Amino acid sequence: MSDQSQEVSGVPLLEVEHLTMRFGGLVAIGDLSFTAMREQITALIGPNGAGKTTVFNCLTGFYKPTEGRLTLHHPVKQEKFYLEQMDGFRIPQVAGVARTFQNIRLFGNMTVLENLLVAQHNNLMRASGFSIFGLLGLPNYKHSEAEAVELAKHWLNQVGLYNKADWNAGNLPYGDQRRLEIARAMCTRPQALCLDEPAAGLNPKETLEMNELFQHIKEVEKIGLLLIEHDMSMVMEVSDHVVVLDYGRKISDGTPEHVKNDPAVIRAYLGEEEDEELPPEVAQDMEGENA
Amino acid sequence: MEYFTQQLINGVTLGSIYGLIAIGYTMVYGIIGMINFAHGEVYMIGAFVSMITFLILTMIGGVWLPLALLAALIMAMLFTSIWGWTIERMAYRPLRGSFRLAPLISAIGMSIFLQNLVQVLQGARVKPMQALISGGFEIMEKDGFTVTISYLQIFIIILTIVLMTIFTLIINKTSLGRAQRATEQDRTMAALIGVNVDRTISTTFVMGAALAAVAGLMVTLYYGVIDFYIGFLAGMKAFTAAVLGGIGSLPGAMLGGLLIGLIEAFWSGYFTIEYKDVAAFSILVLVLIFRPTGLLGKPEIEKV
Amino acid sequence: MSVQNQKLDMLALLKEAGIAALIAAALALPLAGFKTFDLNGTLTVEPRFNHVLIAAVVVFFGRLLISIGQKTFLPPIGQAAGNTAGSIGHIINKNKTLLLVLLLAAAIIFPFSPMANRHSLDLAVYVLIYVMLGWGLNIVVGLAGLLDLGYVAFYAVGAYSYALLATTYDLSFWICLPMAGIFAASFGIILGFPVLRLRGDYLAIVTLGFGEIIRVILLNWYEFTGGPDGIASIPKPSFFGLAEFSKRGKDGLPPFHELMGIEYSSLNKFIFFYFLIMALALITNLFTLRIRKLPVGRAWEALREDETACRSLGINPTNTKLSAFAIGAMFAGFAGSFFATRQGFISPESFTFIESAIILAIVVLGGMGSQVGVVLASLLLVLGPEIFRELAEYRMLAFGGLMVLVMVWKPRGLLSNRAPTIRLHNEDPSEQGAAK
Repeated sequence: MSDQSQEVSGVPLLEVEHLTMRFGGLVAIGDLSFTAMREQITALIGPNGAGKTTVFNCLTGFYKPTEGRLTLHHPVKQEKFYLEQMDGFRIPQVAGVARTFQNIRLFGNMTVLENLLVAQHNNLMRASGFSIFGLLGLPNYKHSEAEAVELAKHWLNQVGLYNKADWNAGNLPYGDQRRLEIARAMCTRPQALCLDEPAAGLNPKETLEMNELFQHIKEVEKIGLLLIEHDMSMVMEVSDHVVVLDYGRKISDGTPEHVKNDPAVIRAYLGEEEDEELPPEVAQDMEGENA
Repeated sequence: MEYFTQQLINGVTLGSIYGLIAIGYTMVYGIIGMINFAHGEVYMIGAFVSMITFLILTMIGGVWLPLALLAALIMAMLFTSIWGWTIERMAYRPLRGSFRLAPLISAIGMSIFLQNLVQVLQGARVKPMQALISGGFEIMEKDGFTVTISYLQIFIIILTIVLMTIFTLIINKTSLGRAQRATEQDRTMAALIGVNVDRTISTTFVMGAALAAVAGLMVTLYYGVIDFYIGFLAGMKAFTAAVLGGIGSLPGAMLGGLLIGLIEAFWSGYFTIEYKDVAAFSILVLVLIFRPTGLLGKPEIEKV
Repeated sequence: MSVQNQKLDMLALLKEAGIAALIAAALALPLAGFKTFDLNGTLTVEPRFNHVLIAAVVVFFGRLLISIGQKTFLPPIGQAAGNTAGSIGHIINKNKTLLLVLLLAAAIIFPFSPMANRHSLDLAVYVLIYVMLGWGLNIVVGLAGLLDLGYVAFYAVGAYSYALLATTYDLSFWICLPMAGIFAASFGIILGFPVLRLRGDYLAIVTLGFGEIIRVILLNWYEFTGGPDGIASIPKPSFFGLAEFSKRGKDGLPPFHELMGIEYSSLNKFIFFYFLIMALALITNLFTLRIRKLPVGRAWEALREDETACRSLGINPTNTKLSAFAIGAMFAGFAGSFFATRQGFISPESFTFIESAIILAIVVLGGMGSQVGVVLASLLLVLGPEIFRELAEYRMLAFGGLMVLVMVWKPRGLLSNRAPTIRLHNEDPSEQGAAK
């Protein structure tokens, strides 16, 4: 398998080594290794049931991997974190790995702004002296809250939801909810952002805006993004690095260019007959970026 | 040793009763994921229906005992099932798909309602009834202590085994059982492939109620005293049994029922009787903390 | 729906009502159709078939009326009722401050009005205890979304803490009150730590079990708690350690009326109790209003909405839930010690599951998370049965039925408007939300 991998240059952010996840007898991920770089967009692709979301769930602590090592190289703290050993909630809190969900998980009965403040909980909690200063109404808490609101405003502007800040998150249109979830994840000030099918259900215009948002996060925030996506044209367009999974195993790894021409990938997507023609829409998707 | 054997027999009898109630909790939880808090009251209604049937038969005049038992069994299962069906239809079905605590709160309300309904209709005093089945076998005797197994205990244990066998067959072999398992897995999908989900869920409630009615009948015969409040404690213990065995699992419910019955019997036999209810609750708390999937339950994989 | 369906198909409706009546008759036959009674020491039954008939007839016409209503006059009425409820909720929200000031003013004037007598003051105190418990439980259930069916256990812990401390060590109410709160909160933490990881309905059952364990222990630990006899002659509080409410004063404290230079009245003590519980309840309320706007309060609400998302944002779910649980328990502890001092006597009978259910019903009926809702529900559930005293037998029956009906009708409670804890823009966002 490694012979099909191609080195991608960059500064390592997240190293996945020999990750295996078994549910009973079912091997959801088998001996998966890859490295996501800082300031790059790494896409995880593969057919349905390939184990992509399971990888995310392992990375963000929702599952404890059966085997393997997940190392995050924190560029600011200059520290290594072994994610597989950490409690789920400590991964975003300490290691700075944030995520979004395939089925959007917003706090539907809370406002957009409140959603973004909840994301800054740990900072604010300290500032409120674990609620004691806050209850007394001391000024340093007010100050921190104002700062938190500023950060929230910044991201509201980035995702174009400033005017809807006081809406209930559950009342937002679908596309807005997707973007709000990303803004909320960014409010945790992450080093790595895991996006689980962020463009699912979006129209072409919204998908385009989403691409721009990812580029912005990568270039301005200088963090690494991990992306699960089905939309091939989007993957090929935005990613710096693509990892292809099939039945929980890695079948290809490299630049979009490399992956696209990898016979193993074509086989996985189209079945065993290698000389079969690509279905037109897939071919178009894949070539869209070349043209 | 003799004392131990006696407690064992008592425990198995008690456990059979708890097990039958526990099946109702476990089936309902399995299929719609809610705790039917009013199930203890369904059992209480079963006990009242059986007692009233016996009293009517006594009033009419001597009826051959096996016939009387059969009549009470049928009456209790029939009328209690109608109650079970109605409760689901009125208090739970409208709340399907509502926010997660709503059905449980509705069930608590239903439980309070049923308790007080029976209190209003039949009075608050305990209802004593003379023993219908007396006598038993003396198994062994030593130092003046006799171990007996009463005919009633034999009746209870055999009836439980028979019912359990029938139910296991229904769940495993019939199309109804298949529909139940399909609904349990994925309600939408089950509906798409032609399973009548509403009817399947209703049937589950009816089956649970029928078994609880049998447990009610047994308790009426065994203790000879019932009141409108018996459902609360028995319900809690049966729920504990269901959780202990692994909620959602039929054999688990029976196993859990047996264990709770045994624990209670031995606790009362060897320690203080006052704290026997605390024992059951403490076990519930401990099981939920250390093994929330129970003894025979499957681990739940969180879907994110 | 096609036009034909909307037309009244009388035959079908009659059939439907007939089936409903049959079911009602079948339900009623064994339980209402025969009355068990004691005849010279043996239990016997007498038929009472008229009850079955009544049940069937009532259900028949009830069902018919509802079915016809659903196709004709009920939807508009329902809509109107919904709108009215909505606009009442809206009005309440808009004029919240005004309403609260009015309510508070009325509450303050009440003990000095001619309406105040021993009975009415007692009743008001009784209601206020439930308001306070409702506000306390609201933190746990309404904000954090943790279904606690054993809330009364913490109330009991508070009551027994005060009773034991005051009768054994002769400590004053003002020292015992905070201690009772701390004890109750500690119990909350000890219980909560292992169980708060459980999913919602398991948690509910475990808390219920815990409530029962506490009650059984209180009942059986005779040396410590007095068992079923309870604890009697629990001392009354002094006027903040300055005065006593008896005519002569005691423990070296002057009588209250002399301290204030007013006429002696036996009502003074009750008025004091009234204001004391009102203050305690208001503290609970203000605390809740304040903490909602703090990070921990927002985290509670976020946990209620989606625990998985909370974990993905770095919020420690166990600690956050634990804080809600412990704070809720603390207020129950305060309320408990007030209860003990007002009654002067406590026994396990006051702390049964049904108390937990009443408090929960107050929170749920009022509308989860709604502070005003708790007050309205307390008035309804506590005063209502008092007014219909003759029907006391039916009190809990109606109570259970009401719980089911409200859940089926409005699963989120009567007043379930949630006010945002912070706003970016000044205009009312509810209009935009409603426009959607």
